[in-house]
Order: sequence, then C-alpha cells, then structure tokens
Amino acid sequence: MGVDAFETTINVAKMFVIFLMMVQAVPVLVWLERRGSAFIQNRFGPNRVGPLGLMQLLADAVKFLFKEEFLPKKAVAFLYYAAPVIALVPGALALASIPLGPPIEVAAFEMLGRQMGPYVFKLQGYDIGIGIVFILGVSSLGAYGLLMAGWGSASKYSLLGALRASAQMISYELALSLSLVGILLVYGTFNFYEIIAQQQGPLRFMFWGKENVISWLPNWGVFFNPVGMILFAASTFAEANRLPFDLPEAEGELVAGFHTEYGGFKMLMFFIGEYGHMIVASALLATFYFGGYGIPFVSPANIETFFHAQGFGLTAASALTALVSHLALLVKVALFLWVFIWVRWTLPRFRYDQLMDLGWKSMLPWALANVVVTAVWLLVANTK
Amino acid sequence: MNALFAVILLAIIIITFGVFLLVVSGRLGPKRQHSAVKDMPYESGLPGTDTKDTKVSVKFYLTAILFIIFDIEIVFMYPWAVTYLDSVKAGAGIYLLGAMGVFILLFVIGLIWEIKSKALEWD
Repeated sequence: MGVDAFETTINVAKMFVIFLMMVQAVPVLVWLERRGSAFIQNRFGPNRVGPLGLMQLLADAVKFLFKEEFLPKKAVAFLYYAAPVIALVPGALALASIPLGPPIEVAAFEMLGRQMGPYVFKLQGYDIGIGIVFILGVSSLGAYGLLMAGWGSASKYSLLGALRASAQMISYELALSLSLVGILLVYGTFNFYEIIAQQQGPLRFMFWGKENVISWLPNWGVFFNPVGMILFAASTFAEANRLPFDLPEAEGELVAGFHTEYGGFKMLMFFIGEYGHMIVASALLATFYFGGYGIPFVSPANIETFFHAQGFGLTAASALTALVSHLALLVKVALFLWVFIWVRWTLPRFRYDQLMDLGWKSMLPWALANVVVTAVWLLVANTK
Repeated sequence: MNALFAVILLAIIIITFGVFLLVVSGRLGPKRQHSAVKDMPYESGLPGTDTKDTKVSVKFYLTAILFIIFDIEIVFMYPWAVTYLDSVKAGAGIYLLGAMGVFILLFVIGLIWEIKSKALEWD
C-alpha cells in the first residue's frame, strides 16, 4: 500500500474518494435522466425543488431514508438484505481500477521535521497490471446481486426478473469479452496506462510495412476497431440492464423485475449499482476507444511543460496536468452517459427471444469476425 | 503496493457502507403494524402463489452451460491477442494466425451446430 504511512494514507483515501465519487454521481445522473427524458418527451420534469429541480434528489434521498422497513413473508432474510449491498460492489471495484488521469508526481518535501518523498500517486484506486481481465471478472459479479434479490424476495416477478437478468448478462458477456479481443490485438497489452499512452498524438497506422500519418485525426482506438466499439457499447447496455435491454425489470410484464419487493434505500442501492455500471462502461469506452484521459493532439507531457513555463513547481504542475486530463476524461464520460440516457428514451424494449437471438446469433458472430479481420489486417499491415 | 490487498480493502469499505445504510434506514423508518395481507409478496390483487418450488425452464440451464463452454474458449484468445502484435513484428504472425484460425474454426463449427440443433431457440 505504500512505503510509509503518508503514502498509505493517501492511497486508502484515494479509494474512498473514488467510491464516493461514484455514489455522488448517482443523484446527478438520476436528475439528468429525469430532465433528459422530460426534454425528449416534451415535458417539464422535476423543476420545483431548487434551481432547475436540482434539489429534488436530495429531497428524495431524505424521503428514502425514512421509509418503513419491509421484509416479505417467506423471503430469505439474508439474501434479501445482502443483495442490494452486493449490487454496490462490482461497479465501485471496477471504477477504482480505471485510471482517471495521469500520475501525480510529488517532489520531496519536509513534514513534521522528517524528509518525505518523492512520491508518485496514480489517479486510480489500485493499479492491477491486468486491468482489463480484472474488470471483466469483477463486473460479472453483478449477476449475483440480481440473482440473490430475485431468489431472496420469494416473489414470482422477482424470480422471473432475476432469471432473465442472469441469462441475459451471461449471454452478452460473450460478445463483450470477445469484442475486447480486437482492442487487445491492436494494442497488445492489458494495462490501461499503456493503452492510453498509445492513443496519443495524430492517427498513425502501418500499411504494408510503411507508417502513415493522418494529422487531422486523433490516434484513437475507434479508428482501428469501429465494429468492436459498437459491439462493446451494445453489450455494455445489456450488462447494465439498460433499455433496450432492460428485460430484467420490464415493467409491462414483470412489475419491476428483480427489485419488485424492494423499497426505500434498498432500491436506491440497486440504482447506485446500475448507474455505477453505466459510469464504468462509459469510462471503459473512453479508455479503450476514445483516448482515455488524453486530450486530442496534446500529450500530458505537453501540458506539464506548459504549466512549468507558467512558473509552477514540479508538484503543482503535475497536479494541474492531472486535473486537466481528468476533466477531459469527465467530458468524454459525461457524453457517453448522455448517450445511455438518450438511447433509453428513444428505442423500445426487445422481446426476450429477440434479445437472446441478437446476443448469440448476431453479436457473437460479428465479434468473432471482428477478431479475425483485425488479426488478418494487422498481419497484412505489418508485413513488408 | 499490494493491489490485491487494496481490492479487498475497498470491498470491505463498500460492504460496510452498504450495511450502514441498511441499518440506518431500517432504524429511522416508521414501525407499523404487520398483517398477513401486507406481508404477502406482490401480486396483482390475487392471493399470491408460493414460488419457492417454481420450476425453472430448462432453457436457462442450457444457456448457462453453453455460456461456460464459449467463455472458456474466449478466455483462451486473451493471451494470444496480447502477444499477437509482437509476434507479427518478429515475423511469426502467419503461424500464430493459423493456429488461432483452427481454434476459431472449431468455435464457429460449435456455434453453427448449436444454432442448427435449436439449442438457442426461445419460444
């Protein structure tokens, strides 16, 4: 966790902050979703509490807190209470392993009469070298929360919703993990920092052993693997149980699906889990296909040189660079989150057999074809 | 920096946070009278049926079994994908592509057989 107490404290605090960031983003996202849907459907949406209705979610949270505790008869108490807690875990664990900005370098300094540092703090909860594999493993834990909720509630609708959810999540996990093989082929690494570092500068690609540069396009993964990007985005919609894949909670058929029996804060925790999934999916989309925290045509080194030239010291320049890069990532993530909301209020829900057909008979073959085409293209491009 | 320790620590933080929320909202909420009707699982106005012994369609089991087979096949592609570009640059690309081509061919044959045998039909 670090070489001394200072570094350990900062590293633990970082994990707290990232988890709280995810939790804090949820009220904003719920507000955005309600205002966005109102905008799309030509209504007003919440606009009474506070400016633009921003305080609505605070009011809702307080109200959730004072809801009556309710355990349905015949429910399995442990599963019923554990499910919302489990639903929180995968989103936050995955988010903490995504780099949110370049590392901050802290120059050596003196504190309480002791010489400290120098340190390098990464803007992520923990750096696992095999980041992609870790995220795939952790995000599939989400199915457990849903299944426990469905089984533990002892309600017909919950059980059906949970069964649908688990079948859907495992089916789309195939397309999800296969679509990432394309990006692994292009970049040849599991490490997020290396993937982001390779996406800096103008678009450069090999063709017949010669290097070509297109100076007006950024060097983003989406230009190398557009089909993979579409497949990845579509399967993350299914993994996050968002429309048009929200069969687990299809309110026309299953009341509310796996969380039929939940209310108050327990339902809010499922919400946090779902929105956490969306945030992770958007951050991954940005990292793999849109340059991560990189700003097009400007590398973190350029920004740091700029801040040095303005007279900032090493630590301050590094921290400002991290802040600017982090804002770039936030803009990208916010854009994809808006796409999630936009799609929800635009497309109708699939039928269940259509959903499974799309996953197994359409997206899986497309992802396989993407792998083969990418591999052949890489071979042709790099052969002299 | 032991990353695994950090992961476990974060998981403990999250679970503590969740349990704390559960306990607080449970304590703060009103305590009202329970009745047999109120405690029933949600049902649209009819007496609820017992769901503990609900028979689950065999389709779901089949999907899970097929998922495991295909997922393991996909996992085998990960190490191949990561080392592929370096091998191409080193001149061994044809061999690696051929080896994975055979593997993907088996994958495709399995998928076609699965579709033909109607294992993926939902009705």
